[in-house]
Amino acid sequence: MLKVAVVRFPGSNCDEDALRAAELVGCDAFYVWHRDTSLKGAEVALLPGGFSYGDYLRSGAIARFSPVMQAVAEHAQEGGAVVGVCNGFQILCEAHLLPGALVRNEGLSFVSKPVDLVVERTDTVITSAFTKGDIVRVPVAHGDGRFVADPETLAMLEGEGRVVVRYAAAGAGVEANPNGSMNAIAGIGNAAGNIVGLMPHPERMVDARLGSAAGLPFFRSLAALGAGSRT
Amino acid sequence: MTYRVHVRVMPRGGLLDPQGQAVEHALAALGFPGANEVRVGKAIELTVAAGSRDEAEARARQMCDRLLANPVTEDYLVQVEDA
Repeated sequence: MLKVAVVRFPGSNCDEDALRAAELVGCDAFYVWHRDTSLKGAEVALLPGGFSYGDYLRSGAIARFSPVMQAVAEHAQEGGAVVGVCNGFQILCEAHLLPGALVRNEGLSFVSKPVDLVVERTDTVITSAFTKGDIVRVPVAHGDGRFVADPETLAMLEGEGRVVVRYAAAGAGVEANPNGSMNAIAGIGNAAGNIVGLMPHPERMVDARLGSAAGLPFFRSLAALGAGSRT
Repeated sequence: MTYRVHVRVMPRGGLLDPQGQAVEHALAALGFPGANEVRVGKAIELTVAAGSRDEAEARARQMCDRLLANPVTEDYLVQVEDA
């Protein structure tokens, strides 16, 4: 059974949803605390959404220096799966495990609404269950979700096909690019595809009884790592 | 020696600064139409114990590079004075 560590920081608030989503697809999911110095044997480190350390200074800036992040970085460097959702994505960028940064939304408002995502890359630990071009409707909920990077980094991400999910054009009931992200980028990965960060929240859409299970394939992709296809 | 360090962190020029834009619009609404190019950053103050002013400044710059500013999106200015 694939072991998934959900990393809890003071201020994480999507940790339970993340844990349950991982359990739902058959993973052995457990919490690790920000003061822990190991991932307790986990094969996946899942950094959930929330407001770690109150978003003081910059979103993710303080969490980056948590003891547990050393273990996360080592796990990532060894090719282990590391996934950051929302605040988790911000932390991965602050930790330089992913390039770019997430800054205040273009419209200044906290944006909490469903968006359509285009899955552009399927050779990552959380998108292998998709087909390239799939459209997925999941919610975003963030104030600092505008992805920015310098022109060289942006060209590299696009040139190497490292954009994992992108906000789709406005559709029925949803707007395009809700935060002004460059190139409408909603999530990116490293070259190997074992480190992925995304602003939207697939863990909130994993049960049809609660509205939709559209986010489930992200977790099925993770669970498939346990079947020996570990990236 | 103890030195007082002033750090000014600003969003990098050319990067959209929605806070600055909002403040600019508010100033215009208040009757300050000549207020332009508003940008909002942050100021951080601290004291640093160091052997010299140069050492204090070097330490402060390391703090900026590692934590106080995000090199991807922000520029910083460090000023050091005797505490």
